[in-house]
Amino acid sequence: MSYPGTYRFTKEHEWIEVNGDTATIGITDHAQHLLGDIVFVDLPKPGTELKKKESFGSVESVKAVSDVYAPASGTVTEVNGSLTSAPETINEDANATWLLKATLSDPAELDSLLDAAAYEQYVSEETGS
Amino acid sequence: MSEADGTLTLDLKVSEPLRRTGLHGTHKTLKAKMVDFGGWEMPVEYAGLVAEHNAVRTAVGVFDVSHMGCIQLRGPGSLDAVQKLLMNDASRLQVGQAHYSAMLTPDGTFVDDVVLHKLSENDYLIVINAGTREKDVQWVRRTIGQMPSVHINDYSDLYTQIAIQGPLAEQTLQKLTDVDLGTIKNYWFKWGKVAGQYNVLIARTGYTGEDGFEIYVPSDEATSADVWRQVFEAGQEFGIVPCGLGARNTLRLESSMALYGHEISDEINVFEAGLNRYCKLEKPMDFVGKTALLAAGEPTRKLVGLEMVDRGIARDGYAVRSLEGEPLGVVTSGSPSPTLKKNIAMAFVPAVDAVHGNELAVEIRGSLVKARVVATPFYKRVRKPAEIIS
Repeated sequence: MSYPGTYRFTKEHEWIEVNGDTATIGITDHAQHLLGDIVFVDLPKPGTELKKKESFGSVESVKAVSDVYAPASGTVTEVNGSLTSAPETINEDANATWLLKATLSDPAELDSLLDAAAYEQYVSEETGS
Repeated sequence: MSEADGTLTLDLKVSEPLRRTGLHGTHKTLKAKMVDFGGWEMPVEYAGLVAEHNAVRTAVGVFDVSHMGCIQLRGPGSLDAVQKLLMNDASRLQVGQAHYSAMLTPDGTFVDDVVLHKLSENDYLIVINAGTREKDVQWVRRTIGQMPSVHINDYSDLYTQIAIQGPLAEQTLQKLTDVDLGTIKNYWFKWGKVAGQYNVLIARTGYTGEDGFEIYVPSDEATSADVWRQVFEAGQEFGIVPCGLGARNTLRLESSMALYGHEISDEINVFEAGLNRYCKLEKPMDFVGKTALLAAGEPTRKLVGLEMVDRGIARDGYAVRSLEGEPLGVVTSGSPSPTLKKNIAMAFVPAVDAVHGNELAVEIRGSLVKARVVATPFYKRVRKPAEIIS
């Protein structure tokens, strides 16, 4: 699966897409592949402050739990409630399955993130493939 | 039989000195996700853990368990050596029979858990865990090495061990051998020709809580890959799938089988782990750990099964607390159960709290999540008459 050119990525395998005032955040296809069958998602409530590089929740597969880190600082405005009953949609399409939406406090923080090509390169180096 | 401690991490990076089984190339071809497990580069999953788990519960799945070790004790003094080394009573075994047992420290805690096979009179095979192999071999040499008339042989590298598990395991393997598998009872074994290989040990054993077999074939790559391929051809009509350590862990946890480094270790004694029925204090020969166990009395903590009541997954190492937050113990293994579709765990709690129905909490990322003490095993298959343990 390819990574959308409009997204930015972290080395902790989150993606973020910014549209106007709203940022949408998810985990990458590589992350869902590493985790395997996702069975549980723990996310913060709307209004929660996000701080760049700090954990805001977790995604769990049968075999492992993985923290999810904020790609940028801001405030949660919306949480993807459908993941409570159907967390496996992340496995099916990680690019299209968002965890939460937020307003960013410092959009300049995005500059330090990877673009799609750089992330793909990073993943291939990490897996040695 | 249980696996040695090995964390199933997400890190795909593999450092150089990891050991590989004779099926390593096969796993790579199958695009398995490989992990470091007890110093071995092993498949954690192929197409997906849940599908692999379900295949074993409903049809047939196959595991490479060649990382497990085996030590042979033979000679006129071998029964005495086995009796001193292991806690179960090997004098009850007949030729062709196996049983679960353990090597204990002088404190009555675990060096390792094992499956002991009686190959013939004066000839025993002890199957040990991967992560404890070197420690175990040293321990055996130190403990019984000076006893008369017993040879200790480390055969760990000689065999590729393949576990064929599930309700259709017998039908699958039967296509590859003339040995009548229906005549092999649970925890018994026979020798025979399998997939063109002569003198293969075929044991009706496993670590999944399901019916199945473990076969021991020569460990060279060509033979290992050829036997594996033939097993998959035989099982194709039954939907056979390769299974990794991830499914192996969820299968054994549903069946409440111990994993070394989790439910048992050198800091946990036999009574705490609830493995009393495999420990024969009354057998005539003294064994290592017996004196300490006779003095130990009732354990103050016990291993229990937990089922999460509220939303959350207990994981290995999480704290167990009372509903009011008082510390009680620790989770030894925890996971979603693909078969039961519940979140389950094994945990140590004070003996007074080890009561079915008792409600307590698991601390998950700072929050107390309610759980209930339940009977184990969480999952028990319906046995066919032929597999009743004698």
